[in-house]
Amino acid sequence: MNFDLNDEQRAIKDTARELLASRFKLDKVRELAESGSYDDAIWKEIGGLGWAGIAVPEEHGGQGLGIVELMLLCEEVGYACAPLPLFSSAAAGLVIASAGSDEQRERWLPELSSGQVTAGIPATAPEDDSVMIDADGAAVLAFDRGEGPRLAEPSEVEISGLDLIDRTRRYSQLSGEGGQEIPGEIDWALAAITIAFAGELTGLAQRAMEMAVEYARDREQFGRPIGAYQGVSHACAKMLYDVEEARSLTYYAAWCADAQPESLPLAASMAKARASEAAWDVAAASLQVHGGIAFTWEHDLQFFLKRARVSSGLYGTPRRHRNRVADIAGLGSLEPATA
Amino acid sequence: MDLTLTTSEQAFRDEIRGWLEQNNPGAAPVAGDDAEFEFRRGWQKTMHEAGFAGLSWPEEYGGRGASMIEQSIFNQELALSRAPMPANVLGLVMGGPVVIAHGDTEQKERYLEPILSGEEIWCQGFSEPDSGSDLASLKTRAVKSNGGWRITGQKVWTTYAHEAKWCMLLARTDPESPKHRGITYFIFDMEADGVEVRPLRQITGEAEFNEIFFEDAYVPDENVVGEVGGGWQVAITTLMFERAGLGAAAAISVSNSLDDLIALIRERGLAEDPMVRDRVARLKMGVEALRLGGMRTLTRTMKAGIPGPEGSLGKWEWASVNQELGELAMDVLGPAAAVDGEEWTYRFLRSRANSIEGGTTEVLKNIVAERVLGLPKLR
Repeated sequence: MNFDLNDEQRAIKDTARELLASRFKLDKVRELAESGSYDDAIWKEIGGLGWAGIAVPEEHGGQGLGIVELMLLCEEVGYACAPLPLFSSAAAGLVIASAGSDEQRERWLPELSSGQVTAGIPATAPEDDSVMIDADGAAVLAFDRGEGPRLAEPSEVEISGLDLIDRTRRYSQLSGEGGQEIPGEIDWALAAITIAFAGELTGLAQRAMEMAVEYARDREQFGRPIGAYQGVSHACAKMLYDVEEARSLTYYAAWCADAQPESLPLAASMAKARASEAAWDVAAASLQVHGGIAFTWEHDLQFFLKRARVSSGLYGTPRRHRNRVADIAGLGSLEPATA
Repeated sequence: MDLTLTTSEQAFRDEIRGWLEQNNPGAAPVAGDDAEFEFRRGWQKTMHEAGFAGLSWPEEYGGRGASMIEQSIFNQELALSRAPMPANVLGLVMGGPVVIAHGDTEQKERYLEPILSGEEIWCQGFSEPDSGSDLASLKTRAVKSNGGWRITGQKVWTTYAHEAKWCMLLARTDPESPKHRGITYFIFDMEADGVEVRPLRQITGEAEFNEIFFEDAYVPDENVVGEVGGGWQVAITTLMFERAGLGAAAAISVSNSLDDLIALIRERGLAEDPMVRDRVARLKMGVEALRLGGMRTLTRTMKAGIPGPEGSLGKWEWASVNQELGELAMDVLGPAAAVDGEEWTYRFLRSRANSIEGGTTEVLKNIVAERVLGLPKLR
C-alpha cells in the first residue's frame, strides 16, 4: 500500500507546475480573460508536448499513461487558472479512444494527442442547456443532445458563444444533430473526465488557499500580521482541511479509474462533489481573508473565484453527485427532480 | 501510487482475519463496569498469547516487529470485525512505546511484559483542572525526598485510573525553570499511599474518566523516564503515538457506525428523504476522506519515520464526522432519540467529547495554521 505519487508522476506534476507558471503569469491570465481568448502560440508549445494525449493509448498516438497522470495535469492547469484547451482535448480523446469507431480513432486521436487540433466537449447533461467547453475554434466536437453521444465537425452543427462569469475558459451552446454516432459505451470515459475535472477544481482550491495564506502573513493590522489572529488563521486551516479532503478523494478516484473499476462510480461522484464544494468554499473564504482588496476588479483572486463557481456546476452539480453517493452508499436510487 | 495491499500485506491480513474469525469474543457486556474491563483483559490475554499484543514493538521487547502498515492493517481488521479494544490500550499505544524510546534497561525489563499481557494496566496523568490545552502550565509538584520524589496535586480526565497499576505522570520538578523545562515524566505506582481516585461522572451518565488526588505521595528515582526536567519531550512522544496509533481504527469504527445508521434510516422508511440523503452522502464522503487521509498520512510517516503535524487534520476530521453522524441519528430517530439508555443516544452524547479529548479542534487548527501553513504564532 502506497498512497503517494511515484517519481514519474511527481516529475509530471512538477514540470507542469513550472511550465504553466512561466507561461501563465497572472498578468497573462488577466489579458486573456479580458479579451476572452486563448494564446495560440502557448497552446502550440504545450499541446506539442502531448499533454492532451497523456492517457490515450500509444497505438493511437498518445502517451499511454493513466487517469492519475491526466488528473495531475488538470490540477496544475487549475492551479495556474490557465486559459488553455487542454482539458477539452484530453476529454474528447478519452471518449474517442474508449468508445469511438476505428475510423473515428484513426481520424482524430493522433492529431488531438499531439495538440495539432483541439476538441469541444459538453460540460452539462443535455437537459441542462448543453453547455460546451472550447467548441469555438475546435476541429471536432463531441456532444450529446439526448439521442446518444455523437461526433461532428463544426460545419455540421450550430455553435453560439456563451458569456459566463468565468472568462478564463471559452463556453458556448450547440444546436443541431449533425455528425456521426459514437458507437461504444462511454460510462468509463465520463467518469474519468469527471475525475480529471475534479483535479482542476482541487488545483483552483490549492492556489486560492495559498493566496490567502500569503496575504495573511504579509498584511498587518492592529500592529501584527492578520494571520496571527485565530479568526483568520482558523479560516486558513479550514481551507487546508477542504483542499486535502478534495485531494484524497480525487487522487483515489483517479487511481480507481486506472486500477479498480468496480469502485469507480462511487469514487468519481465523491471526488467531484467534494472538489466542487472545496473550490468554491476555499475561494470564497480566501476573498474574506483578503478583505476589500480582493473585491476589486484589479485583484487576481476573481479569476479563481469565478472559475471555481462555474466549474463546480459542470459535469454534474455537487447535489446530483451526492444523490448518487447516497444511492451507492446503501439508500437506493432516487431521481432528483431537477439538476 | 498503489492502494492495493502487496502480496505479503495481503497474507498478513488473511492471517489476522482468519485468527479473528476463530477468536473474536464479540461485543463486551454493558459498557463502563468492572465486568466489561475484566472481559477486555481476557481478550487482551488471548491476543497476547497469539503474539498480537504490541505487534509493532521490536521483537526483543516481546513484540512482533511489525511495520506500521501491518499494525494499521491489524487495527483495521480489529475494528472491521467489531472486536472490543484490549484492556490496556493506553499501555500498548503510549506507555510501552515511551519506555522503549526513552526508558533505561531496567525499566524495559520491569514494565514491558506486564503491559503486553494486560496484567498491569496503565493510565495517563497529564491534564489538570487548570491545565487543559495549555498542558505545559501544569502545577502538580514533585519535591525531592529521600531517593525519590513526593507528589502533591490533582490530575483529571484519567481513563482507567481505578483499574491501573501505573500512571504516566507529568509533574513539575523545578518551579524556577521556564514552563516547558521544569517538568519530569514519572511512572507512578497507583498503589502508593497518598493517592485517591474519584470517578468523574460525565453527561452520558457513566464514569469513564477519573480525578486523581496526590497528597505527598512517594515515587522513587528509578521511576523517572528520561532526564529530570526532560519530561515535556517524553510527553510529546506519547501524544504523537496516541494520535498515530488510534487514527486508522477510529476511521473504521466511524465507518461501521455509518453502516448502522444507513440500516436505521432504511428501517425507518427515510431512505428517500432528500435531506437525509444529502446528509448521508456528506457523511460517506467524510468517512472516505478520513480513511484515505489516514492512508496518505501512513505513507508519509513511513517515509519520514515519525508522524508529522498534518496528523492533526485527521483528528479534527474524525471528531467532526462522528459528531455529525450522531446528530443525524438523533434527527432520524425523532422523539425516540430522547429515550435514555438508547444506544444511539449514548453515541450522540459521547461524540460531544470528540472535539475536546486528545487535542481540542481549536488547538488542532492552531497546529495546522502554524506548523503546516506557516502562519505567524499568536503568542
